[in-house]
Amino acid sequence: MKMRLLTNLLQDKLAVLSLAVIGLILAAGAMAPVFAPHDPNAVNMDLRYAGASWHYLLGNDHLGRCILSRLIYGIRPSVLGVLAALFVSVALGAFLGLVAGYFKGKTDAVIMRVCDIMLSFPGYVMTLAIVGILGVGLGNILLAFMLLKWAWFARIIRASVLQAAEADYIKFARITGVPSITILLRHVVPVVSADIAVVASSSFGSMILQLSGFSFLGLGVQAPNAEWGMMLNEARDVMFSRPELMLAPGLAIVLTVSAVNFMSDALQTALDPTLSKTNRKFREQASLPVKLRGKEVA
Amino acid sequence: MALLNISHVFKSYSAGGMFARRAQEVVRDVSFACEPGECLGIVGESGSGKSTLGRMIAGLEKPDRGIVHWEGRPVWDRRQRGCRISAVFQDYTSSINPFFTVEEAIMEPLRTSGMHKRKDRSSVDLLLEQVGLNASYRERYPHELSGGEAQRVCIARAIATEPHYIVMDEAVSSLDGSVQLLVLDLLKALRRKYAMSYMFITHDLQAAAYLCDRILFFKEGRVEEIIATEQLRNAQSEYARHLLRMVITS
Repeated sequence: MKMRLLTNLLQDKLAVLSLAVIGLILAAGAMAPVFAPHDPNAVNMDLRYAGASWHYLLGNDHLGRCILSRLIYGIRPSVLGVLAALFVSVALGAFLGLVAGYFKGKTDAVIMRVCDIMLSFPGYVMTLAIVGILGVGLGNILLAFMLLKWAWFARIIRASVLQAAEADYIKFARITGVPSITILLRHVVPVVSADIAVVASSSFGSMILQLSGFSFLGLGVQAPNAEWGMMLNEARDVMFSRPELMLAPGLAIVLTVSAVNFMSDALQTALDPTLSKTNRKFREQASLPVKLRGKEVA
Repeated sequence: MALLNISHVFKSYSAGGMFARRAQEVVRDVSFACEPGECLGIVGESGSGKSTLGRMIAGLEKPDRGIVHWEGRPVWDRRQRGCRISAVFQDYTSSINPFFTVEEAIMEPLRTSGMHKRKDRSSVDLLLEQVGLNASYRERYPHELSGGEAQRVCIARAIATEPHYIVMDEAVSSLDGSVQLLVLDLLKALRRKYAMSYMFITHDLQAAAYLCDRILFFKEGRVEEIIATEQLRNAQSEYARHLLRMVITS
């Protein structure tokens, strides 16, 4: 199973590329001091809005800070922080969605009503409320994401579990006495993991943007520290005179989000045997359809 | 003692939303028994509640009232039931997990029952052989099988743990005519070999008459008549006679 996943993934060039990009971004973020050529917060007013040079590969911003270094340090809140928050909220949502969708009845009703309550508040308002209670800072924004997003994930995952649980192979497993937890792990999770991957990767992008929105409002990452969304907002002030300043953080966001999207797409293809290429040779000899129709019985 | 004893079973589903108290009775006061080694056909139209009855017999659902006892114990107790009850379903496309190979699908009930220690890969070959497939099918995925092949794999999976009885809900109904006949013959042969009981739920009286010892006519949640297959022409109830007429004229 794992072997097949790996061979299928390595056959897909786009998957290898996006895996490499994600790996590089994560590594650069984790070891930012090694990769960054300069101190991201070192102000040098002589180099305000300086263009790209050999010394400063991506140029300097409105305070003369090295953009490349700020970009690399910005991976930490933008990618690593968001990934952690995403992981927690998806895990919580997936767990509750699985339980609600599989066991149905009262369990389902209780979990879904709690979700309804969570979803009835606009996301931004709730985040503002949580930040208002707990105070300003990146950690609290991420905590707010974790507390709010799970309801949405639980909803979507429940819907796909409900559909998957109708399948006859799950009925068969229940009849032959397979314990519920085994059925969930062995039969339901692989089928719904495709949906989980799609919702997780698509909300990854929107979470990066939301985080930058809060940073812009001054609620998230605090001023001298680098964050991609905040870099975009700083560049916005000089949007017409220096539009190139938006390129670096903008492209970084686009690149990361698309790499994650392609990755989740490739992962689905590699996991799903009906889409896999390695078994094609079987498929051709396997199906010899019987085309007889009619009432020939007895 | 009867293998399966069903006595005064009622089942209803609530219709409407969460706060609605309306209930629709699907199965009403059903009683019958099934002897070891017997094949009982349950014949009824779609919507007659025969699949609900099948789910209760298989232990998937609890009846509202009445008892469904298997060898004297309630059938919905998973631990009591073990792997001695099995099932084959109508929809062969969703009967095998699309992520499983044929071998993994057949090994699943064996693993659950702890029989995989005694039975190894060669037993999968043997099971496949018994349903008329060769060992090369082991590595295939469900989407690489035709309807008849998939249903044979389901049968192989159902007999893997040597169950005492198998519930078959429209097991041949979605197959083509000639394949239906082949599968019915296979079921007949397997039953002789393993001395199993079948609960053959279908809307097709012809298929039921071909395979079963006794036929239970089921209509609107009630048992209309239970009659031995040889005695079929002497059926008394209006519904049974109606179905028989339909078969003769078609």
